[in-house]
Amino acid sequence: MSEETERDVMEYDVLIVGAGPAGLSAACRLKQKSPELEVCIVEKGSEVGAHLLSGAVFEPRALDELFPDWKEKGAPLNVPVTRDEIYFFTSESKATKMPNAFVPAPMHNEGNYVISLGQLGRWLGEQAEALGVEIYPGFAAQTPIIEDGVVKGIVTGEMGVGKNGEPKDSHVPGMELRAKYTFFSEGCRGHIGKQLIREFELDKDVDPQHYGIGLKEIWEIDPEKHEPGLVIHGAGWPIHLSGSGGSFLYHLEDNRVAVGLIVDLNYENPYLSPFKEFQRFKHHPKIAQYLEGGKRVSYGSRAITKGGLNSLPKMTVPGAVLLGCDAGTLNFAKIKGNHTAMKSGMLAAEAAAEALTGGGEGHDELTGYTDAFKASWVYEELYASRNFGASLHKFGTFKGGALNYIEQNWFKGKAPWNFHDTTPDYAATKPADQCTEIEYPKPDGKLSFDILSSVHLSNTGHEEDQPCHLKLTDPSIPIEHNLPKYAEPAQRYCPAGVYEVVNGDDGKPRFQINFANCVHCKTCDIKDPSQNITWVPPEGGGGPKYSAM
Amino acid sequence: MKVLVSVKRAIDYNVRIQIKPDGSGVVENGVKHSMNPFDEIAVEQAMRWKEAGSADEVVAVTIGPEAAKEQLRSALAFGCDRAIHVKTDEPVQPLTAARVFEALAKKEEPKVFLMGKQAIDDDSNQTGQMTAALLEWPQATFASEIELDGETAKVTREIDAGLETLDIDLPGVITADLRLNEPRYLKLPDIMKAKKKPIEDTSLDDLGVERAAMLETVKTVAPPERGGGIKVESVDELVSKLKEKGLL
Repeated sequence: MSEETERDVMEYDVLIVGAGPAGLSAACRLKQKSPELEVCIVEKGSEVGAHLLSGAVFEPRALDELFPDWKEKGAPLNVPVTRDEIYFFTSESKATKMPNAFVPAPMHNEGNYVISLGQLGRWLGEQAEALGVEIYPGFAAQTPIIEDGVVKGIVTGEMGVGKNGEPKDSHVPGMELRAKYTFFSEGCRGHIGKQLIREFELDKDVDPQHYGIGLKEIWEIDPEKHEPGLVIHGAGWPIHLSGSGGSFLYHLEDNRVAVGLIVDLNYENPYLSPFKEFQRFKHHPKIAQYLEGGKRVSYGSRAITKGGLNSLPKMTVPGAVLLGCDAGTLNFAKIKGNHTAMKSGMLAAEAAAEALTGGGEGHDELTGYTDAFKASWVYEELYASRNFGASLHKFGTFKGGALNYIEQNWFKGKAPWNFHDTTPDYAATKPADQCTEIEYPKPDGKLSFDILSSVHLSNTGHEEDQPCHLKLTDPSIPIEHNLPKYAEPAQRYCPAGVYEVVNGDDGKPRFQINFANCVHCKTCDIKDPSQNITWVPPEGGGGPKYSAM
Repeated sequence: MKVLVSVKRAIDYNVRIQIKPDGSGVVENGVKHSMNPFDEIAVEQAMRWKEAGSADEVVAVTIGPEAAKEQLRSALAFGCDRAIHVKTDEPVQPLTAARVFEALAKKEEPKVFLMGKQAIDDDSNQTGQMTAALLEWPQATFASEIELDGETAKVTREIDAGLETLDIDLPGVITADLRLNEPRYLKLPDIMKAKKKPIEDTSLDDLGVERAAMLETVKTVAPPERGGGIKVESVDELVSKLKEKGLL
């Protein structure tokens, strides 16, 4: 839209972008500390929880601090972990169970809960609203407001713009939301977080960030096979054939299990399809034994920030902070980021509440947040596991895993070495002619499925008549560069079938973007070898409508 | 002119419905709900009348649990002046809803009671008609165009054979069909303002409504999975296959 557009403006003390565990915890903490503060959250999902997806085994440490009475308040932590099993899948039919004594300490789950992050998010949203926080789902933060090097808020996305970029009759311009402090908690690879990291060079002193793509399904299984609280983690097959990653199967309540695969996005072979790896993974007898005879009820996917401390950017700029996975506070050794995200939000909230109730006008750099973060248990955790991902990348699953065991159990995370992985994930992709094509088995329609029937289970929808929200910097790159060199991997890394190379009427290949399928996982923004795709939010309310992911 | 418009909280149309394992209903917990789309069209229509000056007060009403306040807030964000929430956690059958609306219409005395033609959850398509009958008001259902003229309304209805135009005296009940209008996007400032608009709480008992128990849900099952299609070689084969299936 043109600069002259008249926009409505609202001012708050603190504005939070993204109603996930970090943002909601921050909002609650702000109101607990200073009830008079005006706090607003904007959320691009159609409701709180609609875009939340996590495993999830949940460590309640941060929640204990935020709401010591969470049990009485009815927080949806209903299934304590009863038993941990860790497998090394050595082939499509064999697996070795790791004896408990060899499990790296951070992977023990006593005292943790198997949860749905979507449900926890909804509950946190209710708590926040009860404390007086204003939450507006269905409104995406489109761009930051940056004036003289200070972040002063955001502009919400406009609604009712047609495919051609022209406003329709229903057009509604964006609105300016201004605040003394703006908290960005968009999750992994937030599009504004990414912009701030670049513009303020927040990552200039750290390693490149590393990512994974997580794919998850929820199944309703035979009650006979269901064991609430059983937590299974796996490594190895199938992903060790062409990359690295891990897998999980968690027994929830109501005869449901969550099954998933995480694929590190530094994989080299452009023919790898995380979706198809996940589908074939479910055929492993250790996993299939639970799923057989069951029914798949939900599907989704989301990228994960997993570089840890070595990749953690500076988390403050004048007027704004980055929280949780928007910065990269996930503890990869524990494969848990919810508790650290929550804690980062609480720490930023405490710092902001102190600054504002002391008569502060905001718009400065909230250094109190960084100081508190460095003194917190989150930092301690991230320090202890700083080498975890890098040693797996460097030494492979076997040796790296052994090293991690030694580091975590013998040195308690305080080993006198540091490993770095300085290649960005996208740059790890090798040209197709140096790689072998991967032949994936056809889905059987019982345990494994095709991509479209899967996306259907994510309840994804977008207004069709709007501009495509997956922006190509150079529209010629997919066909002229990525296709010959990398066999255009977007066709395979996208877990929602958004990208296709189809033959046009002239017989020449054409790059097609089915943006309406997008589940907002952000993988394309991360993995495109040419860094040519930029994910921006579509019209508010679009995307998946996860109910309990 | 005063307009009463009813809105129902229903599972969002984007959500893939799942049946409870015991067949007692559909899974509603943790599932996104929103305003029944036909009700949204009804609210939009009332707003257009208000903006054109033909309606001076628009009151939104709903029957449902506490969470249904969300849908009333949406109606208020559209621009309704106030809202009435008839709170109940029980399932509400069409006749019960019609009795509630009868009671509210007698109290509020609107010129038009506007509703969606049906809700997308149970697809009953009865409440509008029953409300009109109980009130002994004229009714015009499936409206695709409405012209108000003081004491009467000219309503174009979508029927099987095409379009039918009725003149009805007001007060009357009108139910909205899909093509009546295209609802607007809610604006953030309007949603903010809606938080401060009044919602009056009442209940079936306060209104003296007797609960109807005309219907009993025996079982809920998912529709049969679609079987795979077949390819035919020729027109003759197509015709014979269709005949085989009794479709020709």
